[in-house]
Amino acid sequence: MTDLRKAAGPALFFAVALALPLVVTDPARLNFLILILMGAQLGVAWNVLGGYAGQVSLGHTVFYGIGAYASTMLSLKLGLSPWLGMLAGGVVAVAFALAMGWPCFRLKGHYFAMATIAVAEIVQVLVTGSDWLEGAVGLYPPMSPTGFGAMVFGTSKVPYYYLILGLLTLSLAAGWAIERSFIGYYFRAIKDEPEAARALGVNLTRYKLVAIAVSAFLTALGGTFYAQKELFIDPGSVLSTSISIKIALITILGGVGSLFGPVVGAVILVAVEEYSRVIFGSTGAGTDMIVYAVLIILVAVYSPTGVMGLARDLKRRFVPGRTAAEVRP
Amino acid sequence: MHIDILLQIAVSGLLIGLIYALVAIGLTLIFGVMDIVNFAHGEFLMLGMYACFWAFALWAFDPIFTLPLTALLLFGVGVAIYQTVIRRIIKAPMLSQIFATFGLMILLRGLAQFFWKPDHRLVGHSIVDGRIALGPVQFGLPQTVAALGAVLITGGLWFFLNRTRLGTALEATAIDKEAATLMGIDAQRMFALAWGIGAACAGVAGGLLSTFFPIFPEVGANFSLTAFVVVVLGGFGSIAGAFWAGIIVGLVEVAGGFFVGPEYKVAIVLSLMLLVLLVRPRGLMGKA
Repeated sequence: MTDLRKAAGPALFFAVALALPLVVTDPARLNFLILILMGAQLGVAWNVLGGYAGQVSLGHTVFYGIGAYASTMLSLKLGLSPWLGMLAGGVVAVAFALAMGWPCFRLKGHYFAMATIAVAEIVQVLVTGSDWLEGAVGLYPPMSPTGFGAMVFGTSKVPYYYLILGLLTLSLAAGWAIERSFIGYYFRAIKDEPEAARALGVNLTRYKLVAIAVSAFLTALGGTFYAQKELFIDPGSVLSTSISIKIALITILGGVGSLFGPVVGAVILVAVEEYSRVIFGSTGAGTDMIVYAVLIILVAVYSPTGVMGLARDLKRRFVPGRTAAEVRP
Repeated sequence: MHIDILLQIAVSGLLIGLIYALVAIGLTLIFGVMDIVNFAHGEFLMLGMYACFWAFALWAFDPIFTLPLTALLLFGVGVAIYQTVIRRIIKAPMLSQIFATFGLMILLRGLAQFFWKPDHRLVGHSIVDGRIALGPVQFGLPQTVAALGAVLITGGLWFFLNRTRLGTALEATAIDKEAATLMGIDAQRMFALAWGIGAACAGVAGGLLSTFFPIFPEVGANFSLTAFVVVVLGGFGSIAGAFWAGIIVGLVEVAGGFFVGPEYKVAIVLSLMLLVLLVRPRGLMGKA
């Protein structure tokens, strides 16, 4: 019974998500939904490292950029399908993540976060200066042929919608599998009681590396999707710290360490961003930034567990018969 | 390689490094006293620049004379931000702390854009203008005055922290919060003071820079990054460390810009930070 009840939320989400393009046909609105799913997918990926394992990365744009650049370069130089490019981008991102995680995981808290910012900023500078990657100019993935195999769908937004929904589902499945397996317990132990976990023989660095590898792989998939959707990438659009911040923020807003938290966070963040842009205009007046910032500060100050945490608290207070033990922290 | 060029690099690096030191001292003070990394620190510098710009644009006050006012203003901003936001997240998880100050960063930039437009602005001419040539080495007068100002303020701050009652209380709080509280020091007041002084340092650094640096809402971004590098290199919480590290970072940046290329300056400085984090995480003079 409890399992059924637990499954109801996700089932409803997928049912609605699958049906939405039947109702929403306006391309601009569909694009808005795609932006939400993109944010959610990246948030779920970030959550594996930042949420479950508690290692706050503010450099995830590096993995995103690797995904975008790998698939684009492979299709431009070797004519490879973006599907293969997506996989290759994931593999390169994992390799990069392991190389970066190995030394950086010795750092704790703020220090780790700052090291990840530094790595991402350095990569951005290097890519911008690279002639081979057309640094400052940017790259255009091939626009034709179109179709499923080429991952280019012309003017229709619907295939992109289902593609990113698929990637989100994959990422959620990975998160779910981790939550349920012993790895998830190890991650939580690393996050909450690192010393106790070490004393019990958990190899902290090894499991942190597992976390960053999974997280980087999934983030890179999102990067390839972005490249194929926009058909233009440059360091500013896929390798900037503001992307790293946004990814982390989506998760924090929704609820760190909660499976569907990033989905909720993405809905809120993308909605606030887009609407404040529409309402206040994009004249560079900064109003959208102000709204966005106030939202961040309010969440940080009043609800460190995000919207999901808030919902749990309310439920605990108003739904009788449920004890604290039933409600997972 | 001509010796003149090396000398010029050394002088330019030293002059900008002293400004970096002043910015970083505010950051390291806040961190030392309450273990919070202020990602909005560069925005205090930006506000200081705008304060000097507007005093010049509206009333033709020279930035050099506006400095005390800038310091007071930013002290107020720092204390106000502490009282409204930071006070509520002292015990919050690290993630909330990071994002609260990130939010402040975006908020201050957004406000600057909203009120003052994203344009680059310049203080037309200050009383400090022109260059001095000492043999083959050139000094920009504004840069020299700014560096001297930074040294004076750093010295003043050092005196305050080590030789006055209030400053010693602040230092004591940084060393051991609980023990300081038991000695009757009001920790909350010290935290507010740290934010006030930290913001004022960054603001004054901005004022000093305003005589020769373009002013725009995002100007703080690079100074923030550099200040982090300085704080890491000097050791989190160490004022003296930040002073020496500021000079080193200034030298590395100017030398790197000359030998490798100006577009790689940021990457070189950040690589220095990574190196320090990995090889000696406590920096030059930080607590172990």
